[in-house]
Amino acid sequence: MKRLATAMTLATVALFGPHAAWAQTLGSIKDRGELICGANGTLAGFGLPDPQGNWTGFDVDFCRAIAAAIFNDPTKVKFVPLTAKDRFTALQSGEVDVLSRNTSWTLSRDTSLGLDFTAVNFYDGQGFMVRKSLKVSSALELNDAALCVQQGTTSELNLTDYFRSNHMGLKTVTFATGDEALKAYESGRCDAYTTDSSALYGERLRLPEPSQHIVLPEIISKEPLSPAVRHGDNQWSDIVRWTHFAMVDAEELGVTKANVDEKLKSSDPETRRLLGSEGQYGEALGLTNDWAYRIIKHIGNYGESFERNVGQGSPLKIVRGLNALWTKGGLQYGPPIR
Amino acid sequence: MTEKIQGLLPQDLPHRPRRIGGIVLQIALIVVIAGLAYGAILDLAQNLARAHVASGFGFWNNTAGFDISQTLISYSPSTSSFGRAFWVGLLNTLLVAAIGIVLATVLGFVVGIARLSRNWLIARLAGGYVELIRNVPLLLQLLFWYNAVLKSLPQLRGSVALPGGGILNNRGLFLPRPEFGPYFAAALIALFVAIAVAIVLRDWARRRRERTGRQIRIVLPVLILVCGLPLAVLALAGFPLGFSVPHMGRFNVSGGVEILPEFAALVLALTVYTAAFIAEVVRAGVLAVPAGQTEAAQALGLRSAATLRLVVVPQAMRVIMPPLTSQYLNLIKNSSLAVTIGYPDLVQVFAGSVLNITGQAVEVIAITMAVYLAISLFTSLLMNLYARATAIVER
Repeated sequence: MKRLATAMTLATVALFGPHAAWAQTLGSIKDRGELICGANGTLAGFGLPDPQGNWTGFDVDFCRAIAAAIFNDPTKVKFVPLTAKDRFTALQSGEVDVLSRNTSWTLSRDTSLGLDFTAVNFYDGQGFMVRKSLKVSSALELNDAALCVQQGTTSELNLTDYFRSNHMGLKTVTFATGDEALKAYESGRCDAYTTDSSALYGERLRLPEPSQHIVLPEIISKEPLSPAVRHGDNQWSDIVRWTHFAMVDAEELGVTKANVDEKLKSSDPETRRLLGSEGQYGEALGLTNDWAYRIIKHIGNYGESFERNVGQGSPLKIVRGLNALWTKGGLQYGPPIR
Repeated sequence: MTEKIQGLLPQDLPHRPRRIGGIVLQIALIVVIAGLAYGAILDLAQNLARAHVASGFGFWNNTAGFDISQTLISYSPSTSSFGRAFWVGLLNTLLVAAIGIVLATVLGFVVGIARLSRNWLIARLAGGYVELIRNVPLLLQLLFWYNAVLKSLPQLRGSVALPGGGILNNRGLFLPRPEFGPYFAAALIALFVAIAVAIVLRDWARRRRERTGRQIRIVLPVLILVCGLPLAVLALAGFPLGFSVPHMGRFNVSGGVEILPEFAALVLALTVYTAAFIAEVVRAGVLAVPAGQTEAAQALGLRSAATLRLVVVPQAMRVIMPPLTSQYLNLIKNSSLAVTIGYPDLVQVFAGSVLNITGQAVEVIAITMAVYLAISLFTSLLMNLYARATAIVER
C-alpha cells in the first residue's frame, strides 16, 4: 500500500508539481527549517530509532552532519524510515531530500533512477549468516540451501551470479523488508540469511542467541554504500558529497569533536581551510564558511562516527578494514579543500 | 422491481435540461476530461525525462537476474526476462485466487448453513466463527497463519514422513509427483468417453422418468463406468504411471511437488477470512426465501434434503450471487497481501523486485493495477453470466 501511495505521489508530483522544484533543494530545506532524510529504520549501527524515538547510527549521523552544516543544529532532521524497495521512489518523488540508507552504488541505479550517488562512505560486500548447528564453514557448501533475502537489494541479484558461477542450486525466499527476512530465518524457514556483511553483524545481535549464528568468511560482491540525491541539483549534491569529505579530511588532519575549538587556532593551512579560518570555501558551497567546523563540533570526524556506531565503541565491533583512511591502508580518501 | 428503478432515472426529474443542450454539455465534458488526461500524460513524460528517470516499457525484455521461489512456468534467474517474471507472478496470483475461491466457497456455504441449523451448538459455533474472523484484520490473520504454519512444523532434520512418500517440514509440504508414461493419454480419453456416456445415460433416465413417472437408479452403473473404463485401459497399457518421490538432501528436499509454507498460509488466511463473509451472504440468501416456500414443499411431501436442494437453494442462489461476486473480487485483491509473507505473487514479484530493479514506478504500478482490474472485470463477467443463466425466466 505504501508503495502504491508513493508511486501515486510520484505520478502526481511528476504530473502537476512545479517544474523547477528539483533545482533548489537547499533553498527549500532552509525554508522548511529541517532536512528530510530517508534512513533505514531497522538496521542496528546504521539507522535505528531507540525506544525513546531518537535515531542513531552511522547513516543517521551523516544526515545529522548535513543538518549541522546547514543549520548549526544536528537535531533539525526528520527521519523517514524506508524499506529497500521504497527508497528510490521516495527520493525521486521528493519525499526525502537525501537518501542515507546503506545503498549500493551501481551503474543502473546511477543512470536510470534519476538520482546521483555522492561519495562512498562505507565499503561493504555481501555475506552469509548461518546457524552454527548447520556445521557449514563456507558459502560454497550452500548448494540447494534455502536463503532468506530482502527484496529490491543488490543482494537479491548477486545471489544469482554467485550460485550460477559456482554451479550451485539456488533457492531464495524473498521478503519485502529486512525484518521479515530475518524473522523467517530465525523461525527456520531458511538455512542462511544474506545481506551486506556490515548489516549481518547488526542483524545477528537482534537474534535471541547471537552466539548460535556465524557469519561465513566469503564476501561475494562489492557493495560501495553511498548517500544519494536527486539528479539535476548540483549544488545540493556538492553539499552532500563534501559533508562526507570534510569528515574524512578532519580525521586525516586529526581534528576531532573534542579538539575542534582548539584547532580553530591552528596554524596548519589545511586545517585552517577546513574549519573556515581561511578562505571562502563554505560560501562557495552555498553554506557558511564554518560549515565543516559545525559538522565536527556536533558529530565528529569520520573515524569517530564509525567507531561510535559500528566500530569498537559499538556492539557490532566492525573493523575499519577497507574503510580505514588511505594513509592507513584503507580506501577512505578526502579530496583537498582548497 | 424494474418499475421502481425507472422512477429514479434522470429524465423523470422535474428540471431536466433540454435534450440537445444536454448532449452538447456531455460532449464538452468528455472533451475536457480527455484533454486533461492527455495533458497530464504529456506532462508526466516530460517531467520524468527532466528528472532523468528512465521511462517506457523497454525494460520488459531485459534480464531479470533475481530468483523466484515458486514458478509454475519455467523461469531461470540468470536468463529469463522481467516480462517472464511478470507472467510467473501473475500465474502465482491466479493460482492462489482460484484455490482460495473454491475453498472459501465450500467453507462459507457449510458455515452459512450451519449457522441456520436447529442444533444449538452447531449454530453458535458457526456464529462465533463468523464474528471472530470478520472482526480481525486480514493482515494480522495472515501473519498469524504464517507464523503458526512455520513455527508448528518441524525443522528439516525432524521432517515428518507422510504415508505414500510425502515429506512435511517447515520448508514446505513435498508430495510425490505423478509421471505419466506412454498410453496414459488413452486412459484420459477413456475417462472422457465414460463421462460423455454417463451424461447421455442421465438424460435418457430423466426423459423416461418424465414420460413414465418411474425413477431409474443409474448411480451404480455410472460409477462403474466412469471408474472402470479408464482403469481397464490403464491395465491394458500395463499401468504406465510412475511417481517422482521426494527425498531428503543435505539442506532441502528434492523431487516431487513442493507446496511452500507461504502458499499454504496465504490460502489458509484468504479462505478462512473470506468464508466468514460468504457464510453471512449464504445465510442472508437462505433467509430471504419465504418460509411459505419450505412449508409448501413439505406439504407436497418433499423430504427436508429435497426441499433444500429443489426449492430453497435455487431461490437463495439468486440473492446470493451478486454479494458472492463481491467476495470473490475481494479475495482476488486481498491476495496481494502475499507481499508481507514472501509469497511471490504479482505484487511481490512485479511491483516489488521488478519495480525496484528498474526504478520505473509509474509503468510498473500502472501495469499491475491494469492486471488486477482485468482479472476482477473478467470474474464479474463470469459471475454475471452465471447469474443470468440461473435467473427466473418469466413465462
